Amino acid sequence: MRPFTYERATDAAGAVKAAAATPNAKFLAGGTNLLDLMKLEIEHPAHLIDVGRLPMAQVEDTPDGGLRIGAMATNSHVAADARVRSRYPVLTQAIVAGGSGQLRNKATTGGNLLQRTRCAYFYDTTKPCNKRQPGSGCGALEGLNRNSAIFGASHACIATHPSDMAVALAALDARIETLSPSGEARAFPIIELHRLPGETPDVETHLIPGELITAVVLPPPPKGGQAYRKVRDRASYSAGLASVAVVGGAVALGAVAHKPWRAVEAESALAAGASPAEAIAAELKAASDNGRNGFKINLVSRLVPAAVEEARQQGRGE
Amino acid sequence: MSSVSDWESTSNPVKENRAGIIGKAVDRYEGPLKVTGTAPYAYEVEPPSPPAYGVMLSAPIARGRITAIDTAAAEASPGVLLVWTHRNSPAQGPRPERYDFFTPSPRPALESDRVYFFGQQVAVVVADTLENAQAAAALVQVTYEDDAKTVDFHSSYAEAVQPPGESDVEIGDFEAGFAAAPVKIDDVWRTPLQNHCQMEPCATTAWWDGDQCTVHTSVQMVRFAQNSLAETLMVPHKNVHLLTRYVGGGFGGKGSFYEDLVLAALAARELGRPVKVAFSRQQMMHGTVHRPATEQRVRLGAMPDGRLTAMSIMTVTHCDRRGNFTEHASNFARSLYAAPNRLTGHRLVRLDLPVASAMRAPGEASGTLGLEVAMDELAVKLGMDPVELRILNEPEVDPETGKPFSIRQLVRCLREGAQLFGWDKRNPTPGQVRDGRWLVGVGMAAAIRGNFLLPAKASFTVDAQGVITVKQGMTDIGTGTYTVLAQIAAETLGVPLGDVRVEIGDSELPPAPGSGGQFGAATAGSAALDAGMNLRQAIADIAVADPASPLFGGPAEQITFQDGVIAIANRSERLSELIRRNRPEGLTADGEIHPAADSSKWSQHTYGAHYVEVGVDPVTGEVRTRRMLGVFAAGRILNWKTARSQLTGGMIWGVGSALTEGNAVDPRYGSLINQDLAGYLVPVQADIGEVEAIMLDEVDDKANPMGIKGVGELGISGAGAAVANAIFNACGARVRDYPITPDKLLAALS
Amino acid sequence: MKTTITVNGEARELDVDPRTTLLDALRETLGLTGTKKGCDHGQCGACTVLVNGVRINSCLSLAVMHDGDAVTTIEGVGTVGKLSAIQQAFLTEDAFQCGYCTPGQICSALGMLQEVADNWPSQETGDLTAQIRLTDDELRERMSGNICRCSAYPQIVAAIKSVAGELA
Repeated sequence: MRPFTYERATDAAGAVKAAAATPNAKFLAGGTNLLDLMKLEIEHPAHLIDVGRLPMAQVEDTPDGGLRIGAMATNSHVAADARVRSRYPVLTQAIVAGGSGQLRNKATTGGNLLQRTRCAYFYDTTKPCNKRQPGSGCGALEGLNRNSAIFGASHACIATHPSDMAVALAALDARIETLSPSGEARAFPIIELHRLPGETPDVETHLIPGELITAVVLPPPPKGGQAYRKVRDRASYSAGLASVAVVGGAVALGAVAHKPWRAVEAESALAAGASPAEAIAAELKAASDNGRNGFKINLVSRLVPAAVEEARQQGRGE
Repeated sequence: MSSVSDWESTSNPVKENRAGIIGKAVDRYEGPLKVTGTAPYAYEVEPPSPPAYGVMLSAPIARGRITAIDTAAAEASPGVLLVWTHRNSPAQGPRPERYDFFTPSPRPALESDRVYFFGQQVAVVVADTLENAQAAAALVQVTYEDDAKTVDFHSSYAEAVQPPGESDVEIGDFEAGFAAAPVKIDDVWRTPLQNHCQMEPCATTAWWDGDQCTVHTSVQMVRFAQNSLAETLMVPHKNVHLLTRYVGGGFGGKGSFYEDLVLAALAARELGRPVKVAFSRQQMMHGTVHRPATEQRVRLGAMPDGRLTAMSIMTVTHCDRRGNFTEHASNFARSLYAAPNRLTGHRLVRLDLPVASAMRAPGEASGTLGLEVAMDELAVKLGMDPVELRILNEPEVDPETGKPFSIRQLVRCLREGAQLFGWDKRNPTPGQVRDGRWLVGVGMAAAIRGNFLLPAKASFTVDAQGVITVKQGMTDIGTGTYTVLAQIAAETLGVPLGDVRVEIGDSELPPAPGSGGQFGAATAGSAALDAGMNLRQAIADIAVADPASPLFGGPAEQITFQDGVIAIANRSERLSELIRRNRPEGLTADGEIHPAADSSKWSQHTYGAHYVEVGVDPVTGEVRTRRMLGVFAAGRILNWKTARSQLTGGMIWGVGSALTEGNAVDPRYGSLINQDLAGYLVPVQADIGEVEAIMLDEVDDKANPMGIKGVGELGISGAGAAVANAIFNACGARVRDYPITPDKLLAALS
Repeated sequence: MKTTITVNGEARELDVDPRTTLLDALRETLGLTGTKKGCDHGQCGACTVLVNGVRINSCLSLAVMHDGDAVTTIEGVGTVGKLSAIQQAFLTEDAFQCGYCTPGQICSALGMLQEVADNWPSQETGDLTAQIRLTDDELRERMSGNICRCSAYPQIVAAIKSVAGELA
């Protein structure tokens, strides 16, 4: 790791102020992704602002019957929260499908959303990667791209977003609350948090530099069942080949795009009475095959109907 | 010189096992240190003064030349003590053109401007702290000139050659036999490049005292590494003291040693202070060794009743440009099934890839993934039970050499395994059994792995407290060496296990070859037994000659050793008292073992049978192992507990090789796609259901004086094939390109 | 930076480089080498320690982040002369071979049993609203963040089960 300075923030306002005042500063929460990348010389902040102890680790009821999850709430605490388990089981299922117990105990809600891709070409600093080094090219595009995106990719980048949690949040229509460097609070739908790669895959979110995620807000649980399914090479502690969150009529896909992918075509088709298989086929018309990731098209076409069916059964059981 | 007939006809304390310590489920000797975290591995040994930290830099190209180096920024970086590249690294012994595991030779680090493989170490930075060394290493600027490279195995078959000194082995007329066979299997299986992924990355702590170099490192072969390091440093062998007391996994990957050892020793000499150097996890993947990929063409010809008339495995594999290693995936088939017409052999492609070498059960681990599935496919084609097909083709003598088997209980393994597993409840039609979202299937395979014995020495010392100390330049890489040596000592000298000390992993102790090829226990243990017998003799000679001993004047050959007491009939005294009177400084005896001159008269192997139940999700192509049973025949078992763990560990390696493990080469760069443990997937706890290993009663008196054989590599042999066969039974799909991942299985199912 | 961490019950005042991970502070600064470095990237679990009773990967945490925290390492779990129940169980069941992942497995198991006692769910948990039962599959899933390349997995399950009742 390159040398950096470190400070611990005591309140959110101070944290964003410090970020605005210090060049090349980064927020450090759980550290499970940022420190990994710093050790590999992929990230090299000059200053770390430790926000891990900010008083934003609570899960609270909102007046409209939803939940506000503090950005510093660990993945484990959110997954274990009784209200999340009973009202938003898809979120618990998604969280516990990710990482390991140890990682979930450290990883935070905000950090999970902002984790970077696991693309092997991003991780290998000897390879071209437009995300890591803009303009260097994409090693995955014509490479061993089994894990790459099938939706929304560009010629500059076919990396995927690795979060499980974010897929469930996308299906739940969660909202993100932030504090900007100037101290302004704002809120927006999670689906507007992450960007597609386009020409600038190094810019991964719509956050402005120095903006801090303070909370994730869940609307009241929608009607209908919920289900999360993740497919992977080994039974645990590994990234997904594809995942799906179903919440009522909402369908979000993971490990298939640069962001949690709301399958809006499939949702429209379902709403219009199509079968789950027909619905996902409509979505997959836009999917691309870069050589080795094409199997994900077949996989998603089989996985989504199974998850929709599981959610419907669960919904009927309520 | 040893002879098999001597071994068979001579009794010894291990065979007699009077105290019952041999075979017992004894806890690991070094276990208390390991469960408390107090066993110091190489990087954790406390040096005489605070160490400096070395971090290596690896080449980002597969083949070429270093054209420019700029170390100025690194040298100016805080805390940096030294930056070495090939331009300023110290003089070292010259690398031989070809080298092997058993012949020590120099292995110079940073030797030239040539890059032979991606990940080759090209620089080292030593600094006062690990953080400073890591930061400075990233500042070393190296410019390369790329040469044309050949790295893609499957498109390079045209360059395959017969491995040096080898020829194909044909018995009968394979082509004619195969052509005439009414039932045939002719398919190709592929196994990928695999990485050892020992939990402890290679690491060394080194320091010098005058011209004496002390290194604590993590290797499987003590004397080999010590001699090789001395020759690299260009100092006499005796000037290097190499210790490797605790090794965090080897599996063949630490059979050799790497730049951490050489650079730590060189830098410690240069700086006059201890230096520690470790590989990063990422550096382990390219910078050490790997199991090379194979492509195996398996052809079986059979009569309608199942009798094999022709069989062939031809394997193509690869090694590095300067190497000679051949993954002998065809060899085991020469002894497994009877068939009059047989053809086996290998072809080797040299590629600009990292160094290929041995990984747990080299040959068998890869080869059984082909033949043992081919046998399953043949059984399906014939409409036979695959267990019965194997039993039908059981040979009476070695089918190629005609030699008798030393002992062969494969059929018993197959039958007992089938019974214990409930094989008779199997539905032979695929895709019929469901459990929730899972299709459930069962499969089986045979296991075979060769047995070996190498020369070794050992010494036993008894002190005035009656404590026996075993000394041997042997290693314990998790195999149980400490424990079985203690058991042999306790049983041989008739003392409680608590009165035995074991010192191994030290080049100043009597040499033993080390751990590998599942020869460790037999080799080290046989030398230890000899030392123990010689110590008994020396004790007896002293006792009958000591007028102060109750045993004085008695017949030395009648002395018994039990519970720390030596006795002739009703005359006895404590062993400690005899030693205190006669040899207060302790009494030492040496022992040794050599392979028997006549051992090649027999075909000698270990055997087993695997039975596996898997679940296949037909929607996603995911496979989960639900239940595994292995029944093994591997000679006398020294320690039920450690042997069973070796076997179950090997079986789980089989699951990894079948389902998740494999590394792929990106041909544009000559590098491996998976460079860490998030990319290269070894099994985790959730991948593994119930696992049981049964060890049959067996003694192989032709193997060595103890009648034991190895178990470390038998468990993996065939296990992956049983998983693959269970997948077929579950869902009706065959994937012959390992590992059987969801993408491939979905393609086969669709 | 000045950082005070209570390690195995003893307050330790450190002056650490901000870059120093908790793992390297334990191993290189404090000489507590029982905590192992297997991958240094959160991919193996060998570095697992308990921070304020909760298991984490110490390789993916900076020492300075733990000012004021209480850390338990394997050295705080038991000693050769006085093995804790879980250490004895690992020894009895032969739940390790090379031993390198073992301290992490043991610390992880202790943290995991507390998580079960606190009724935290896992991927194996069917009914998220019911009380968790530590079935074999639950145990396997919850211990999947600790890789054992020697593959002592069945023995690890046996060892943890043998003490789960008294520790949980």
